Amino acid sequence: MDKPLTGALRDDRRPLTLAEYRSAGGYRGLQQAIKNLDPEGVLQQVKDANLRGRGGAGFPTGIKWSFMPRGVGAPKPRYLICNADEMEPGTFKDRLLMEANPHLLIEGMAIAGYALGASIAFIFLRGEYTRAAAHLQRALQEAYDEGCLGSNILGGPFSMELYLHTSAGRYICGEETALINALEGRRANPRTKPPFPQVSGLFGQPTVVNNCETLCNLPAILAEGAAWYRALGRHEDAGTKLFAVTGNVRTPGLWELPMGTPIAEIFEQCAGGMAEGYRLRGFQPGGASTDFLLPQSLELAMDYDVIGKAGSRLGTGSLILLDDRTCPVAMVQNLTHFFAQESCGWCTPCRDGLPWAEQLLTEIDAGRGRPEDLDTLLDLCDQAGPGNTFCALAPGAAAPIQSALRLFREDFDAHIARGSCPYHD
Amino acid sequence: MHLGPELSPLERQEIEAECAHYPERRAAAIEGLKVVQKHRGWVSDGSLQALAELLQMPVGELEGVATFYNLIFRQPVGRHVILLCDSVCCWIKGRDDLNRRLCQRLGIKPGETSADGQFTLLPTVCLGDCDRAPTLMIDHQQHGNLTPEKIDRLLDQLQAPGGEDG
Repeated sequence: MDKPLTGALRDDRRPLTLAEYRSAGGYRGLQQAIKNLDPEGVLQQVKDANLRGRGGAGFPTGIKWSFMPRGVGAPKPRYLICNADEMEPGTFKDRLLMEANPHLLIEGMAIAGYALGASIAFIFLRGEYTRAAAHLQRALQEAYDEGCLGSNILGGPFSMELYLHTSAGRYICGEETALINALEGRRANPRTKPPFPQVSGLFGQPTVVNNCETLCNLPAILAEGAAWYRALGRHEDAGTKLFAVTGNVRTPGLWELPMGTPIAEIFEQCAGGMAEGYRLRGFQPGGASTDFLLPQSLELAMDYDVIGKAGSRLGTGSLILLDDRTCPVAMVQNLTHFFAQESCGWCTPCRDGLPWAEQLLTEIDAGRGRPEDLDTLLDLCDQAGPGNTFCALAPGAAAPIQSALRLFREDFDAHIARGSCPYHD
Repeated sequence: MHLGPELSPLERQEIEAECAHYPERRAAAIEGLKVVQKHRGWVSDGSLQALAELLQMPVGELEGVATFYNLIFRQPVGRHVILLCDSVCCWIKGRDDLNRRLCQRLGIKPGETSADGQFTLLPTVCLGDCDRAPTLMIDHQQHGNLTPEKIDRLLDQLQAPGGEDG
């Protein structure tokens, strides 16, 4: 199978040098873009490839780009930002790409920068990824030395500076307008939209923010073509994706597989099924902010719209499994603690609602819950729902609570009726 | 470390290099805070004031940035900072047992520094190493697939005379 994201990786995951990356076919996509296509041609290629954003929302990348003013008379400078603030619990896909093949991201960013006419680009990296930072810094130097970045990239008319920014640990920075505030040296609250970043983003200039994995798809799309890329998918969506499985499975891990791969294949063939003595009760298909699904959903294809229709989201493609020996109430309490702590405090349903929900879940888990607490929880979830806050953090926090109350209701009721956690007897 | 509140020439040089990437000096706020912390272990009121002046931004706004981030320390920390993941994958795989062992060995609660000033234990959000859960990070070094016994070995190494960087 073709693996545009991880095909060139070494077994020991040591990062490829520029020379090694080149001999594995690297920088052919950038060459193709700069020598044979104009920026509009690159944009069209990405639209034709049907690449969708890998950060969680699944928005078509070509359409996102097309909102950026381009051509003669467009405002300058224009910025490109790689969102590598990977902090959603259960998600570690961008880390692998940056640690093991940093030039893939650099090439992808040069291609995107060319299409967008961006003269300055940033990689916004989470602070804890110190190894990725070291590998990227070394690769950036090589790329500048070899003319893959800086002035007149690969001898053409296009020039772009690329800087690495390392953050200091805050989940909200993954929201693109909060990220822009962070990069400007401001408190990282999300901004009101509109205006969208493509019109007024970093320092008030047109800006595109793309996820790391999204950008890493570009070299292969340009080198091999849109039709080739679309054909990699097994269902409606195009290309491949990094899928992760964590929890009490035999072999937790991360694998590049075609979009549309059935969840059962990822769970059984890659992760080896449940570990000895554990039974699967449910799972979050796309990271901590996605609704739980039940084992009968294992047959679904990992496609954005398929998972959406089943009542959850493909998100980051990171499966988190709930087993029969783990308390669902305590798991949701843990998830809610994360979102309550990482709320930036800007919107009331998030700032006040999430700590309240966490407190209720803590009480229920400790056997001190009351039946009416479950109604309060549902009410808090409604208020945190889409449209009531500036960004998607609160709706993402509500998703596991709401779905757990629906799918594992008997566990909540049992805690309240017994006055203790049935999993701690 | 015996640095006064004013920034050292080396700190200024490193911060200026970051400022050069941006059209506004304040955009180097996080990098500036990290430079100060790298040299001093934490960010004191005096350092905050000096950095705000260098970045030409109000000190209150820089404080708003500094306190926003999990990894910027506005009070002194121990020689080694232990970040123990408390997110869902590590929790499922028994991070609470690791927490108990760490607290017991160091004689502190999460968020505290040991009496000898050697260790600060901080719960942290997902470290993005979930296939090796449960995990923690000590001084920028990540450790995975942990058990309470492995915690003992890690602490033994760090506490040994002449061990690690001691």
